[in-house]
Amino acid sequence: MTLLGSLALWLAFLLGHWAVVTGVVGGWKQRADLIQSSRHAVFAMCGALLAAVVSLEVALFQHDFNVEYVAAYTSRNLPIFYTWSALYAGQKGSLLFWASVLSVFASLAQVLTARRHRAYLPYVGAITSLVITFFVSVMIFTANPFERLPYTPLDGRGLNPQLQNPGMVFHPPMLYLGYISITIPFAFAMAALITKRLDNDWLMAIRKWTLLSWLFLSVGIVLGMWWAYVELGWGGYWAWDPVENASFLPWLTMTAFLHSVMIQEKRGMLRKWNLALIIGSWLLSILGTFITRSGVISSVHSFTQSGVGPFFMGFLLIAATASFGLYFTRLHLLEAETRLESMVSREASFLFNNLLLVGIAFSVLWGTLFPILSEAVRGTKVTVGPPFFNQVNIPLGVALLLLTGIGPLIAWRRASPANLKRQFALPLTAGGLTLLVLLVSGMRDGWAITAIAIGIFVLATIVQEFWRGASARHRQYGEAYAVAVGRLIGRNRRRYGGYIVHLGIVTLFIAFTGMAFKRETQATLRPGESVTLQSPYGYTYRFTHLGISQYDALNREVTAGTVEIARDGKRIGLLTTEKRQHVDAFKRPTFEPSTEVGIRSDLREDIYIVLGGVVNGTEQAVYRFTINPLVWWVWYGGMIVALGGVIVMWPGGAPAVRRAQAGYAVKLVGKAQ
Amino acid sequence: MKAVRGGVSRREFLALGSMVFLMRPPQQQDSLPGAGPSGRLWDPERAGRPLPPTTARDNDAYLQTIEKRLRCTCGCGLDVYTCRTTDFTCTTSPAMHRRVMALQDAGMNADQIIAAFVKENGEAILMAPPKRGFNLAGYFVPSVLILIAGALLVLALRRWTRTPAVAPAGQGAGAPGVSATPEELARLQHELDQIDA
Repeated sequence: MTLLGSLALWLAFLLGHWAVVTGVVGGWKQRADLIQSSRHAVFAMCGALLAAVVSLEVALFQHDFNVEYVAAYTSRNLPIFYTWSALYAGQKGSLLFWASVLSVFASLAQVLTARRHRAYLPYVGAITSLVITFFVSVMIFTANPFERLPYTPLDGRGLNPQLQNPGMVFHPPMLYLGYISITIPFAFAMAALITKRLDNDWLMAIRKWTLLSWLFLSVGIVLGMWWAYVELGWGGYWAWDPVENASFLPWLTMTAFLHSVMIQEKRGMLRKWNLALIIGSWLLSILGTFITRSGVISSVHSFTQSGVGPFFMGFLLIAATASFGLYFTRLHLLEAETRLESMVSREASFLFNNLLLVGIAFSVLWGTLFPILSEAVRGTKVTVGPPFFNQVNIPLGVALLLLTGIGPLIAWRRASPANLKRQFALPLTAGGLTLLVLLVSGMRDGWAITAIAIGIFVLATIVQEFWRGASARHRQYGEAYAVAVGRLIGRNRRRYGGYIVHLGIVTLFIAFTGMAFKRETQATLRPGESVTLQSPYGYTYRFTHLGISQYDALNREVTAGTVEIARDGKRIGLLTTEKRQHVDAFKRPTFEPSTEVGIRSDLREDIYIVLGGVVNGTEQAVYRFTINPLVWWVWYGGMIVALGGVIVMWPGGAPAVRRAQAGYAVKLVGKAQ
Repeated sequence: MKAVRGGVSRREFLALGSMVFLMRPPQQQDSLPGAGPSGRLWDPERAGRPLPPTTARDNDAYLQTIEKRLRCTCGCGLDVYTCRTTDFTCTTSPAMHRRVMALQDAGMNADQIIAAFVKENGEAILMAPPKRGFNLAGYFVPSVLILIAGALLVLALRRWTRTPAVAPAGQGAGAPGVSATPEELARLQHELDQIDA
């Protein structure tokens, strides 16, 4: 099967070249036969890469340890669930996953693109094929997943224990899907530049793709946070690690695009900016891939250092030069159709929103690359950790949250003072009252107070929008309020789905403030001994160490500590936390012992217990007890964001709105005449 | 009929068994709350590196503040406090923790301890670069650039809102004008505001 995989890679490599050449020449000469051939080559390349994926999966499931990748990332006793995910657990397999998923997206773009956007397709096919061919080249020449060993080990090394978590089965694919699918909007943008068809047509063609990438990135990032929280054991979910930052960067620029594209659609403005954002987002996704794989910046998440770094660096530089070079030659074709009419308008607020989103992206990129810059300029290496990022980004994040509330309240084109008063009175009152209550209740963390008060302000704006819309429907059609809200969302999914996304963002911000009130302690306890810890809500938790048990599981030897928890003297349950020594099928240890955290969540706070180890081989155990407020809301926030994204993406809705708006415009014109 | 041919009879066998059972020393119970000394683990090797008992100083808030400013050099990317309370296989962060305590015992305050670490390991030992010299660029370039971009944006917005709008394609000079009274236009604007809101 691995021979088939290798052949499939070579076939994809050749087909990729053919698709690029025929796509470009066919598009340029308008030769239907070449365009058709390019399209077929895209499909064939997809088939070849899927065959390569199947070959690798078969090797993984057959425990073909003669294949270096299989021996490095699986073992005979690895659960099936994780044997599947080993496909993208290592550098080589994840490159194959990248290329194959992109080939599926490239084929879907060829199939699903509406007839009226077909003029872009030869170039879209060529550009996506070029990117796929690059990834296939990296595999063939430096990181071949089908490489064989000169001998066959009895068993493989197994999967890193930290990757043996359900979060890791879903988080990387989601993030990859986000990264990878940005290539399709990028390809359309480049096709628009090449063909000089720079009206709003290409935006219509990529609308769903941009939302899809953004949605996958959002879900992937939140799943990554969840994985880090439950698996890494340090008690947090975001550490501004370079690899985390790499996923955050394109998310920020894509979010900026999703806002600014509305201005282009409605007012014909920001055409240069939107193209630049799409190109930038794609380059950032490649930069993220480079950071993760090159070893140029140290990160706990990155793949081991390998020879792919220079390939990615070269590709990134060439791609940036070519795409922005083409962009600059077309700038004269990208003049705005209209101008801004007022500083106090939704367009202006979206511009500031874009400024902040791109500003945060820049500051995260700057912080991530600053150690390299410092070494290059001063010859001194520095560490840029969470204190730096928090200091720079928290104020920007809070300002962005404020704009999340302000933007939707201001009218398009020009807001009148009456409009502003009507829109802002209630939300400002809600935010102000919250601020007052927090101060009176003795909360003193400045950023947390500010974020919560602004969060409530934004929440009030969202509630107000739903209330007004539902009330109008209730008055006009006599619908019950719940039905009215449902229909309101259904009739204008983009607008109200967007509000739901904002609701998710507010939830996330308020949840993030919980970390400012984290409490923790370490204790060494004999069986029966207890330690107490005060929660920020004023509860007193008592943790009693009951004992240590040891047992064997499928691919690990477990040492489990059990702790009884009481809140204000009332028993609320038991938590178990483990040390795991992973072993292969011959009971040989494969990795250093890992820790499995015990977590008990409720809406207010999480109890997070880590078994550090034992004293002198006895049941006297060393624990870390942490109380993390509001963590559950981070996951709820992520779910709300995803729900809002799905609503915005859901097919239908928009044409009805356009029809309604067109009808309204006709009515007004009729009245005016 | 004899119960057992040759050897031991059934009665003798039961008596012997009872004696063995009665003569067994009572087993010490472990793992019970408040049962006294901890029992030994079946296989201590599985529980990872043996740890020393926690002391009050391990939870000392002042020491934690210092350790959160220092990076563990094991390659984990975490600060010393987080590493020593998370990755219990690491031997580097406990050693750095002991060094911090030793320096405190020698009479040093937080800044002096940090300075001692920087002197021994360079600036990379800090979780965030000190705010001086070239590092100031790290802290302030993003904010300064955002402020400059914001100021430029405000200026551009002012200029754009002063200059007349460029007519959209197809709606230039040739487009028919709207014949409406100021009241009608005001009503139209109000209605549009309502839609936008």
